[in-house]
Amino acid sequence: MRGPLLTRESDGHQPLMLKGGRVVDPSQGLDEVTDVLLADGVVEAVGTGLGAPDDARIVECAGHVVTSGLIDVHVHLREPGGEHKETILTGARAAAAGGFTAVCAMPNTDPCVDDPASVGFVLAAGQRAGAARVYPLGCISVGQKGERLTEVGEMVEAGAVAITDDGCPVMDSGLMRLALEYARIFDIAVADHPEDLGLSRHGVMNEGLVATRLGLRGKPNASEDAHVLRDLMVAELTGGHVHLQHVSTRTGVEAIRRAKERGVRVTAEATPHHLLLTDEAVEGYRTDAKMNPPLRSAADVEAVRAGLKDGTLDVLATDHAPHHYDEKEQPFDDAPNGIVGLETSLGLVHTHLVRGGLIDLPTMVERMSVAPARAFGLSGGTLRKGSAGDVTVMDPEARWTVRTEHFLSKSRNTPFEGWDLVGRAVLTVVGGRIVWEAGWG
Amino acid sequence: MSRLVSDLGKDLVGLEPLSANQIRTVLDTAEPFKEISERPIKKVPVLRGKTIVNLFFEPSTRTRVSFEFAEKRLSADTVNVTAAGSSVVKGETLVDTARNMEAMRIDMVVMRHIASGAARFLAERIPSNVINAGDGWHEHPTQGLLDLLTIRDHKGRIEGTRVCIVGDILHSRVARSNIYGLLKLGAEVGVCGPPTLLPVGIQELGVQVFRRVEEAIEWADVLNVLRLQLERMQSGFVPSLREYNRFYGVSSARLERAREDLLILHPGPINRGVEMDSDVADGPRSVILNQVTNGVAVRMAVLYLLAGGTPETAESAKHAAES
Ligand SMILES: [Zn+2]
Repeated sequence: MRGPLLTRESDGHQPLMLKGGRVVDPSQGLDEVTDVLLADGVVEAVGTGLGAPDDARIVECAGHVVTSGLIDVHVHLREPGGEHKETILTGARAAAAGGFTAVCAMPNTDPCVDDPASVGFVLAAGQRAGAARVYPLGCISVGQKGERLTEVGEMVEAGAVAITDDGCPVMDSGLMRLALEYARIFDIAVADHPEDLGLSRHGVMNEGLVATRLGLRGKPNASEDAHVLRDLMVAELTGGHVHLQHVSTRTGVEAIRRAKERGVRVTAEATPHHLLLTDEAVEGYRTDAKMNPPLRSAADVEAVRAGLKDGTLDVLATDHAPHHYDEKEQPFDDAPNGIVGLETSLGLVHTHLVRGGLIDLPTMVERMSVAPARAFGLSGGTLRKGSAGDVTVMDPEARWTVRTEHFLSKSRNTPFEGWDLVGRAVLTVVGGRIVWEAGWG
Repeated sequence: MSRLVSDLGKDLVGLEPLSANQIRTVLDTAEPFKEISERPIKKVPVLRGKTIVNLFFEPSTRTRVSFEFAEKRLSADTVNVTAAGSSVVKGETLVDTARNMEAMRIDMVVMRHIASGAARFLAERIPSNVINAGDGWHEHPTQGLLDLLTIRDHKGRIEGTRVCIVGDILHSRVARSNIYGLLKLGAEVGVCGPPTLLPVGIQELGVQVFRRVEEAIEWADVLNVLRLQLERMQSGFVPSLREYNRFYGVSSARLERAREDLLILHPGPINRGVEMDSDVADGPRSVILNQVTNGVAVRMAVLYLLAGGTPETAESAKHAAES
């Protein structure tokens, strides 16, 4: 049985030769069986017949897929303040186990990350974790209150890669304008959780027949659509880069598509759960299907899929949102939003979208590695010589079943427990160093 | 703990999961129990030795008292727990409450809770029978059953009867239980209320929607008029109670367009002069007090069936007067 195993065998100084895998690097249009050599923390060379240095560790990758490291730009690591749900250490390890070489930590912690010191804390804790890279995001507004802009520049200098008030939408359109204008100084994205709170009116699931039957308060699609359209207009007005998080509605997808056509600077996320589940998953008041934005209708799932396929939704992100089991073990109204995603994302996407025929493998790598790096200006997302030695090796034939007891994440809240999947990461390499390795099967 | 699986299953969480036959079984079982309530000594020993907790996280004198009468008339030992003064306000979770119930080996729990799905949540976690006495906006199955029984008493049948539920459908567990029960038994169902208080997709359940109460009154054989909670006005779903009464209130003047034999139900307590005028509530079409009487019989039937009784033995249980 392949069990998770954290290894420190290679310390980054030992060169690493990944031999004979199918190397997929959409950033250079590469998809062929060849070798990848990593040394001194960076990609040294890609090609066949490379001479490996004597001290190199050689990993046979025949039958496996070797890609630029996967990046998840939307995770909640809960530290500081929510360490019973997840820590930066457990989250970074869970990420590595899921094949991610980097994650972007949302700043809605307690206290929230709205100053350079907090950014520095997240960055340092991420480096100490020694697993996937952890990139901090800073808040848009002080205290996430939606009123006053944070010291964006100070946070960027401390290591923040973008700003967001995720969890809370930026309801004040004027503040959104300021944020998008101001962020241009540093050329960073302003990520927004698109939800008009007036329209969603404390809803706990998608508005529709299921909510009506279950007697649960619904959020209409319009609560997201209105906010997506607002953000697109403000981005167009300011020339700023807006990053729309976890897009879940058909109208939202279409609006983003049109905006991209006319040159608005917008990137947008799709999550595995919005690509795979509808609001029917809430049936039986399953709190593991409670998230924000909520699971929507089948027509919305179709639209999100089409958006992922044509690149309207250019970034696949999990919105990894760990919660303690006590918190989900409550009546639906009282349970918090969100599910964990780091350790299921690759398997779900590969099984249902790649093998399912929606996208091909290079497109998957584009959405899970290349585009995320581009959206937030991160290193990685490519295997070009000299770029960061961040690589994911996956076994595309590995059959496995989602068992939350095997998660490295501290939390277990997922609706995918028991799903049979095909394909998973077997080796995660960050800066030329192996941070996670499954037993070779 | 092994337990008989009754005709209803372990719990009564709602009418949506029940079959038409199961619903008829409850109504038929309620018949003999109606008569017990008319006796000088209103007690039979069929639930003697059973312990029942009435767990009310939301105040509701009517429903709790009705359940308590039903339990006592069946000779069960009952304990009332209300949210005020209980551990609930100290932040105990529903899971812990459930575990405590289980540890005390309670046979049945009757629960009212503010959250939709709470009854099911409890039922999935304890071996005791759970009876939903109202969960959020979801269901209030015994209210649905007593409404069905009252309609059947007065109309002789439910199939083909046109029943319109009037008022705040969005927030109403009574409306949902009525819709499920009535549709399963073949009634035609309408709902009428301001669009702000109609849930999205309600038509897909198979009900007709009336925008104006006049149309509903003309159409219906039965009106089930819901209570308008004061808080709906406070949160802006209707601008004022006066305006609600003006456009949706059931008044004698509006009833001039009604059928001769229109029946009027109300789950109580009535806001006189808001959803219904006093002369209507007290008038000849109103069967509101019959509903209250039937409430006890229906709840006796549910308790009895969940404890493993059958409709056939209900008749004989009736004769087993306590000595
Ligand atoms: Zn969000």
